[in-house]
Amino acid sequence: MAGKGGVGKTVVSAVLAKAAARLGLSTLVVEVEGKSGLATMFGQPPLGYDEVVLSAGGGPLGEGEVRARTLTPDDALLDYLRDHGLSRISNRLVSSGALDVVATAAPGIKDILILGKVKQLERHDAVDLVVLDAPAAGHAVTFLQAARALLDTVSVGPINAQAKDVAAMLTDHARCRVVLVTLPEETPVNELVETAFSLEDRVGVGLAPVVVNGIYDPVVGLSVAPGAAAEAAGVTVASEEAASLRAAATFRQDRMRLQDEQLIRLAERLPLSQLRLPFVFSTDIGPAELDHLADRLLAEIAALAEPV
Amino acid sequence: MAHSASLSELLQQRRILVCCGSGGVGKTTTAAVLALSAARFGRRAVVVTIDPAKRLADALGLDGLTGTPTRIEGDWSGELFAMMLDTKSTFDGLVVANASSAEQGQRILDNRFYKNISGALSGTQEYMAMEKLYELHQRTDFDLIVVDTPPTRHALDFIDAPRRLSRFLDHRLFRVVISPGRGMMRAVNVAAQTFLRTVAKVVGAEVIDDAVAFFQAFDGMEEGFRERATAVAELLSDDDTAFVLVASPRRDTIDEARYFAETLAEAGIAVRALVVNRMHPRFGRGVAGRAQEQADTRQGTDLGGLYQNLADFELVASRQEEHLAGLTEAVYPAPVARVPFLASDVHDLDGLSEVAEHLL
Repeated sequence: MAGKGGVGKTVVSAVLAKAAARLGLSTLVVEVEGKSGLATMFGQPPLGYDEVVLSAGGGPLGEGEVRARTLTPDDALLDYLRDHGLSRISNRLVSSGALDVVATAAPGIKDILILGKVKQLERHDAVDLVVLDAPAAGHAVTFLQAARALLDTVSVGPINAQAKDVAAMLTDHARCRVVLVTLPEETPVNELVETAFSLEDRVGVGLAPVVVNGIYDPVVGLSVAPGAAAEAAGVTVASEEAASLRAAATFRQDRMRLQDEQLIRLAERLPLSQLRLPFVFSTDIGPAELDHLADRLLAEIAALAEPV
Repeated sequence: MAHSASLSELLQQRRILVCCGSGGVGKTTTAAVLALSAARFGRRAVVVTIDPAKRLADALGLDGLTGTPTRIEGDWSGELFAMMLDTKSTFDGLVVANASSAEQGQRILDNRFYKNISGALSGTQEYMAMEKLYELHQRTDFDLIVVDTPPTRHALDFIDAPRRLSRFLDHRLFRVVISPGRGMMRAVNVAAQTFLRTVAKVVGAEVIDDAVAFFQAFDGMEEGFRERATAVAELLSDDDTAFVLVASPRRDTIDEARYFAETLAEAGIAVRALVVNRMHPRFGRGVAGRAQEQADTRQGTDLGGLYQNLADFELVASRQEEHLAGLTEAVYPAPVARVPFLASDVHDLDGLSEVAEHLL
């Protein structure tokens, strides 16, 4: 999952995981920034480094399990060193700050460690789908490009091997796709288009349909005058209240017109299907909202699959 | 309104405004609006942005922003300039200024490890933003400098960046490796060498060689960097400087903004103003609570739809105010400016002026 800050990338990661679970897939969400509301959306306490179950699955529909974990570069490095029989230097590397020096000498090393760990998780039999909530876009390109960049700097050794494996995973469209998330607004749409082209050109990664988050759903009666609507219902509405109804209706209509313009612009500039998720007026995403959004996402995906 | 007076007072009285906050909350636009408003108050203001921010350049009527302040023409009594932070050239300038000889400077600029620092070392961009701020402040020809900051999650990344970088450049481990030691020092040296050899096995020897060469070339310059870092840190907590926290009313960004305000407070820096962008508008407070009830009873009819729409916006507006409550308390007594969700993106000076009307 990649997208500019503020577009709801983490929400969409949670929704995708929930939707996958509905289809019976066992899903693992990996969070890399160490601070997100992911667990809260599933009604669980905040994430730690250890894997936790966010949603148990099972039930009459045979839902898959949703698990999640946080993965920071330092964690990934410690794991890596342990796996390579170097645990004795690992603490010193982190505590002396030498990791910063190494990461500067070979930029992308932290990213490669995270992606390498993701690759390891992907191989795990108990997981059907890994959803990686990637760093905010802009950084996303650098993050995913790390494997290639590192192959130039580090020409031998285990890190080089790791980078090769990661590059292979990223460019294998059957194993890995990037889902770009945006809002139906001008700047986020521009950035999404830019990111999409950079990812294809510079990383060679496959793109999934884009998710446009925060769409105002249509509501009946917006173009009807409140007075007329009241009359049709056989009631009267005080003039102040009618004015409020009118102002709110106009606002939504204006926003919907703007969002339609952006959806069209996005379709024109980027030949990828769009999956649209509604704006959540209650603002807090909890288990109920997540369920609702997962339904919507599955419906959007089903609509894609049908021939037009 | 007392709060509007305060933000305009800051614009008229302070010499530095630092706009901070998480990504995607409208920091760049807010910074530009503040500088524009200061120019309207007759001041000579410059806005320093971090992103290439083509949209901002367009809004200011420029083809693009460069690393030097460009004057923007307009009908204000003061002057307005805009520039973009160029992390690499700012760092290069700092190296050249601190080098004991032209050769030492060049040796560092040519080093592969050094070339990675500006792009790869976390905190470099933050540090260079502060460094540029310091340089502009030293020039004294601007009345007000407004800086946009990189979208860091942790305010300390940025308060701490100068100190952290100078610590990095003075890295003990590498210093030990490059300095010929005696006695006790030699033992440490041997241990460090062994350690680095192990690291080299993992990441490749050339990586470590580059780093060691860099620290050798840098030898003797760390003092200058340390002094500068202290001066920059002092400037940030100076009375001339005010921090403006920018947020949007989403719950997660509010949480991040609170965390930001708290860490700034721990560093002894107060948030002087809070700007909240993208607030949903309120329609008809009198109907509160009843709209959803009406929508449910009249579901499926036009009137039901109209009530549902009103109920939607009442819900989102009241939730946003709830989220905001804790943050306004955390930054109290800083004034809070609410900028509504605008009908379109800011494209030109008129757009910036529209935001200014809500801000001041």
